Amino acid sequence: MTRAGAGGVGSTEPPRSAGAGLAGAGTWTSDEMMAVAASRRLTNDSVCFVGIGLPSLAANLARRTHAPGCVLVYESGTIGAKPTSLPLSIGDGELAETADAVVSVPEMFAYWLQGGRIDVGFLGAAQIDRHGNLNSTVIGDYATPKVRLPGGGGAPEIATSVSDVFVMLRQSPRAFVERLDFKTSRGDRVRFVVTDLGILELRGGELELVRVHPGVSVDQAREATGWELRVAPDIEQTEPPSRTELAALRALETKGRE
Amino acid sequence: MAEIVSLSDAVRELVADEHVVALEGFTHLIPHAAAHELIRQGRRDLTLVRMTPDVIYDQLIGMGCARKLVFSWGGNPGVGSLYRFRDAVEHSWPVPLELEEHSHAGMAAAYAAGAANLPFGVLRGYAGTDLVAHTRVAFVECPFTGEQLAAVPAHRPDVGIIHAQQADRQGNVQLWGITGVQKEAVLASRHSIVTVEEIVDEFERRPDSVVLPSWVVDAVACVPRGAHPSYAHGYYERDNDFYVAWEAISRDRDVFTAWMREHVLEGVPA
Repeated sequence: MTRAGAGGVGSTEPPRSAGAGLAGAGTWTSDEMMAVAASRRLTNDSVCFVGIGLPSLAANLARRTHAPGCVLVYESGTIGAKPTSLPLSIGDGELAETADAVVSVPEMFAYWLQGGRIDVGFLGAAQIDRHGNLNSTVIGDYATPKVRLPGGGGAPEIATSVSDVFVMLRQSPRAFVERLDFKTSRGDRVRFVVTDLGILELRGGELELVRVHPGVSVDQAREATGWELRVAPDIEQTEPPSRTELAALRALETKGRE
Repeated sequence: MAEIVSLSDAVRELVADEHVVALEGFTHLIPHAAAHELIRQGRRDLTLVRMTPDVIYDQLIGMGCARKLVFSWGGNPGVGSLYRFRDAVEHSWPVPLELEEHSHAGMAAAYAAGAANLPFGVLRGYAGTDLVAHTRVAFVECPFTGEQLAAVPAHRPDVGIIHAQQADRQGNVQLWGITGVQKEAVLASRHSIVTVEEIVDEFERRPDSVVLPSWVVDAVACVPRGAHPSYAHGYYERDNDFYVAWEAISRDRDVFTAWMREHVLEGVPA
């Protein structure tokens, strides 16, 4: 919980040692499954606002696999960054060195984000509700919080300025709550939520489980949700990570992760 | 015209208790040495303004320098919590900390408004969030279209403090790489202090750089590695290991206090 919500755009959850899957491609962790599942939703012409941690991993993976043209925008002001390793912070030097353009922070938020030039925004949070609203501000009361989280950062305006919000968040009753302690960002533009258990899509204003990852049951996803979870009638299993995806992912991870 | 002075003189002359002070630098060029000088000189009751109060404000808050924080994201980037910030908010240690919390877009608009000598910044933001009830934001109607827009009061700090790569002998300042919100922070502030990696006879002109002419800066102090553990593009890299190590140093009050005593209070003033 203490590490949740880091970055405003994307969380840096502590790695969980979960050998989540076994298939032709070998084994993978739940973090890897999340990164792979999110990367598949990016296309070659996506322009995406990326946070540190899993979103950065997912977007960089997409660039190395099926979407080499995907444009990565980091809120520090780097547009079209092409890092060779995963940055620890959103302002690492390599992002500026490899970017198509480096702009000031006011310009980034005014011209590029508010200007409607970014398609996809990744968000993480400590809590999510059934409508895709997110909390990355406090657990407990605002004035006397039990846990003071980092706060919204870019999230409030990312959530309303991009066309598609992708959320990455581990699924548990503590995170998937009936009622948020604080609404940091609105859910209207959330397209899907990738968790360690599956994928949810916002359909008719409410999140619905549309995929479960290999080895995960629908009941597990239900138990990890603090509300009565809707399950899509056409629910499928997530395609396991391929050899190519895992190889590209691990090359990225070993090159630069904390 | 900027005077080239020592960092301790600059802080002594320009920063007083109860001042509103903005130390800016978005991941890059964070003015850590200047913050350490504020701590060494024992400034109290400051209102600290900064988009991302990371390790630098964790140190100022933990040392009891701040009464209020104006910010948009308070974490240790890529690592996790800021424990001194949390301790101040959750347990009022070492002193209570008042918060004025914004979004990044709101903070950026507030700085840009301050630099432009406007009373408020305007943006499409905050609407539909619980931030509205807890911060200084209002909604105004566009006189041309009727659209409801968020207005944030301009930042007008007493002192803006940044770190840059270079100054020349006249006190002109040049910074490049990720330049964040530093230009706006300096121009929005009544006074400014710039620490630099080096003072050169003449700038090598860089088309992508931000240049702050000497006449918008009050004091320039030469402090090599003055951004560490942040970085200075072209001089040294971000000390990622330090940001990771800060987690353990900052988690415990006594460990933090001992670390600050050894590395900052008893450190050599610039």
